[in-house]
Amino acid sequence: MESATTATTATTEERELVLKVEGLRIVLDPSGVDIDDEVSMEIHRGEVLGLVGESASGKTTVGTSLLDYQRRGAKIAGGSVEIDGHNVLDMDAGKLRSIRGGAISYVPQDSSASLNPALRIGTQLMEILEVHGFGSSQADREARLAQMMAEVLLPSDKAFLRRYPHQLSGGQQQRVAIAMAFANRPKVIVLDEPTTALDVTTQAHVLETVRDLTRSYGVAALYITHDLAVVANLADRIAVMYAGKVVEIGTRDELFDKGHHPYTRKLLASIPDITGERALRGIPGWAPRPGQRPPGCAFTPRCDWAVDKCTEQFPPVEVVSPGHRVRCWRYKEVGAQGAVLQAETGARTVMETAAEEKQIISVRDVTAYYQHKETLHGITTAVAEGHCLSLVGESGSGKTTLARCIAGLHPHKIVGDIEFMGKPLARDARGRSRAIRQAIQYIFQSPYSSLNPRKTIAQILSQPLKVFFDLSRDEMEDRMVKALEQVALDSSLLSRYPDQLSGGERQRLAIARSLAAEPTVLICDEVTSWLDVSVQAAIIELLAALQRDMNLSMLFVTHNLALVRSISQEVAVMNDGRIVEYGLVDAVLEDPQADYTKKLLSDTPTV
Amino acid sequence: MSTPEIRVNDSELVEPPVVHADRRRSEWLMMLREAWRMGRTKIGVGIFAFIVLIAVAGPWVAPYSPTEFVAPPFSPPETSTMWLGSDYIGHDVLTRVLYGGRTVILLALAATVIGLALGVTLGLITGYARRWIDESVMRILDVVLAFPQIVLTLLFVSILGPRLWLIVVIVGVSHAPRIARVARAATLEVSQRDFVRAAEAFGIARWKILFNEILPSITSPLLVEFGLRLTYSIGLIAALSFLGFGMQPPAADWGLMINENRIGIIIQPWPVLMPVLLIGILTIGTNLIADGLGRALIGIERDTGVQ
Repeated sequence: MESATTATTATTEERELVLKVEGLRIVLDPSGVDIDDEVSMEIHRGEVLGLVGESASGKTTVGTSLLDYQRRGAKIAGGSVEIDGHNVLDMDAGKLRSIRGGAISYVPQDSSASLNPALRIGTQLMEILEVHGFGSSQADREARLAQMMAEVLLPSDKAFLRRYPHQLSGGQQQRVAIAMAFANRPKVIVLDEPTTALDVTTQAHVLETVRDLTRSYGVAALYITHDLAVVANLADRIAVMYAGKVVEIGTRDELFDKGHHPYTRKLLASIPDITGERALRGIPGWAPRPGQRPPGCAFTPRCDWAVDKCTEQFPPVEVVSPGHRVRCWRYKEVGAQGAVLQAETGARTVMETAAEEKQIISVRDVTAYYQHKETLHGITTAVAEGHCLSLVGESGSGKTTLARCIAGLHPHKIVGDIEFMGKPLARDARGRSRAIRQAIQYIFQSPYSSLNPRKTIAQILSQPLKVFFDLSRDEMEDRMVKALEQVALDSSLLSRYPDQLSGGERQRLAIARSLAAEPTVLICDEVTSWLDVSVQAAIIELLAALQRDMNLSMLFVTHNLALVRSISQEVAVMNDGRIVEYGLVDAVLEDPQADYTKKLLSDTPTV
Repeated sequence: MSTPEIRVNDSELVEPPVVHADRRRSEWLMMLREAWRMGRTKIGVGIFAFIVLIAVAGPWVAPYSPTEFVAPPFSPPETSTMWLGSDYIGHDVLTRVLYGGRTVILLALAATVIGLALGVTLGLITGYARRWIDESVMRILDVVLAFPQIVLTLLFVSILGPRLWLIVVIVGVSHAPRIARVARAATLEVSQRDFVRAAEAFGIARWKILFNEILPSITSPLLVEFGLRLTYSIGLIAALSFLGFGMQPPAADWGLMINENRIGIIIQPWPVLMPVLLIGILTIGTNLIADGLGRALIGIERDTGVQ
C-alpha cells in the first residue's frame, strides 16, 4: 500500500493534487468485518476518477466516507482522506458541517429522494448558498443561483424556482441536485451513480453537464458506477473495485486497452456492444458481500487465471507504469493479452429472416388505455416463430404496456387484435385457456418484486408445475431440478428463500419459473435493468442460449439499445406509444431512418 | 401514464443492509426477536404470563370451592384461613379471584380470534378486489365503526339475550372493521408487487393468491393488531360481565365480582379491588406486548426498506 500511495504519476504530476485517499478501511460496526480495505486513490484538479465495481463491492461506502459519513452499521476504521492536505477524518463536527456541501459535495443516486419534497427548489438551492455563506449579499447569491441554473441548463425564472421537486422530471431533479453540488464551487465532488434512474437521452445530457462543470471549475470528481460504458467517455482515470479493494487503477486508456487485472478485462467484456462485433460475456457468479469474501484474492473463484497462490494471499500493489497500479499475482501475463475491446470474427451468429416466417404473436392496430388516457396508439407488430423481437424505448414509451397487453396483464381497456398462432387472445390472462397461459410466459423487470419472499424456491418453482401439469411428487422434484439446471442454478437451493440469493440469481430463478411452464413465447420485460452490467451480460447469454436451444419465440423489452444485437433478430423502436421504426436489427442499427432512433443511438453510451 | 418503470438499483440493494441471511428469512420471526429485545415487551410478556398462570393454575391451589360459604358476608381478611376475606354472600374472595380469571381470558382470546379471522378475510378481499367490492364493504364497515364498540355489543346482547357465545361473537365482530382496515392497507401494498401478478398470469385461483401469496406477507402488522385488539377484548368482556351480561351468578368471574361486591366496598374492598387490579394489570401487559411488536415492526421497515 505504501507503494500505492507514493506512486504519484508522471502523467498527472503537473496537475495539482486535490484529493488523496490513503489506506482507507471501513468495517461493519459491531462485527468488525471489512467492507472496504486498503483503498488508496488520488484525484487531481479538473479530473474525473471513475470508481467502478459490481454491487456489494463497497464503492458507495468509499464515496460517502470521503465526506466522513457512514450509514448505520458501518464505521471508518483507518486510513486518511485528505483534501488539499487536510484530513477530513480528523475534523470535528463543526468543521465537517462547513466542508460538506462546501469544499466537498455529494450527488446521490436517487435525487428524488434527496430533495426535500416540501420545499420549493429555489428555496433549497438558496439554502445551500446561505448555509455556507456564499458571496457577501443576497444579490450575490441570487446572481449565483441564476448562474447555477444556467450551468445545468435549467431555466432560472421565478416560476421555475417556485416549483416543488415533484413538479420536475427525473432528469431535471438530478440536474437540480448537481447544481446544488456545484453551488459553492467545491474542490471535490462525489457522484454516486447519478444517472442510473434516467433515460439514455437524459443520461447523456447529465454526463455532459458533469464533464463541463468539472473541467471549467477544476473540480476533482469521483464518479461511482457499476457501468464502465457510462464512465468511458467521462472519466480521465478509472479505479476498479472488487470486494472492497481497489484491484486496478489507471488512466482510461490504460485500463481499456491494456487492463492488467482479469476482473477489469471481464468487466469490459460484459459491456453490451452496439456494433455487435464483440460477443457479450458475463462474469459467472457474483461479487461477494462483506463477511462472505474468500481469503486471499476475493476474485479467485470467478477468475480464469487463478493459481494456488491466489487463495492464500492478496497480491501486493504492482506498478505497471507510473499511475497504473494493479493487484494481481499474474498481472504481467494478463496484461500481455491483447485489448479486450477488439472486434472478434464470428462472434455473432447472424440469423437471416426468411421472407415469410410463421407468426407466433401478431398484434394488429392495438390501442390501449391507462384509466381513460390512451397510451398505445394503433400498434402493429409481430413475433415470428423462433425469433426474438426487441422492443426498445425510453420510460413512458409504452413498451411495457404493449408487453403486458400480450401477456394478459394490462387491467385497462384494450382495442384491436392480439393473436397467438392465428387465434385471438382474451384480454385478461384469467380469460385465457390453460394451454395459452402456459404457452405465453412473462418475466418481470424486478426479481426483487416478482418472487414471493415468504416462499421457498421449491414452492416458487412448483407454482407453474401445479397449475399446468398433473405430476407426482417425484416428477415435480425432477422438473424443478431440471428448471434450475437450465438457468445454471444449483439444485441445493430448493429449500432456500429468494432473499438468500443475489440479484442475478433471483432473475435466473424467475426465468426458471417461466421455463418450468414449458412456454412457446417468452416475454422479457426489462429483465436486466435491475442488475449489474456483468450480471446483465450473463443473463443475456443465458436467454440467447435458451432461445436457440429450445426454439423459443421471444419478446425482449428494453431501454438499452446496446443490448439489442446480442439477443434479437428484429427490433421495434417505440416512442410515445407508437412504433417509430421496425426492422431487422442490423438494418435498423446501421442505417436508422427515424430521427428518434438516431438520437437514441447517439445517446447510448458505448466504449 | 403507463406502468411506472423503475430501473435503478436502489441504494439498499446496491449496498445491502447489514442483516444476516438467517435473520432475514421471516419478517415476523425477525419482528418477534426485535420486539423481545425491548424491555417493554419483556415486562408485558411477564405480566401476561403471570395473570394467565393465576387463571390457569388458580383453581388447583384455591383453598375452598368457589360456591362454598365460608364466613359471614363481607368478613375482613384473616391470616392463614381467609387471606382476602369473604364476599357479599360469604364466599372466600381469594378462591373466587383464583377461579374468576379463566372466563375473561378465554372469552377475550376467542373474541379476538374471531375478529381477526373475519377482519383479515374482509381486508384481504377488499384490498385485492378493489373496485365496487372494496367500496361497498368498506363503507358498510365505516358505518359499523361509527358506533362505539361497547354500545354495539350492548345493543345486540340486550336484543338477543346474554349468552356467552353471543358475547364472544359480537365482541369479535365489533373488532372486525378495525382489523379489516389494517389488513386491507397491507394487502393493497403487497398486491402491487409483481409476484402477485406472476401468480395471476399463471391463472392461480384468486382465493389461493389471497391466502398463499398475500397473507404470509402481511402477518407482521396483523400480529401487532392482534395484541392491541386482545387488550380491548379483555376490557369489553370484563365490562359486559360487570353489567350483568356475561357470566351469571353464582359463577366466579372478575367482572361479575366487581359488580356483586361494589355495595360493600367501604367495609370490605378486596373482592372489588383484586379483580380490578388483575384486569388492569392484564390489559397493561397485553398493551405492552402490542406496543413492543409495533415498535419492532416500524424499526424493521426502516432498516430493511420496502423491497
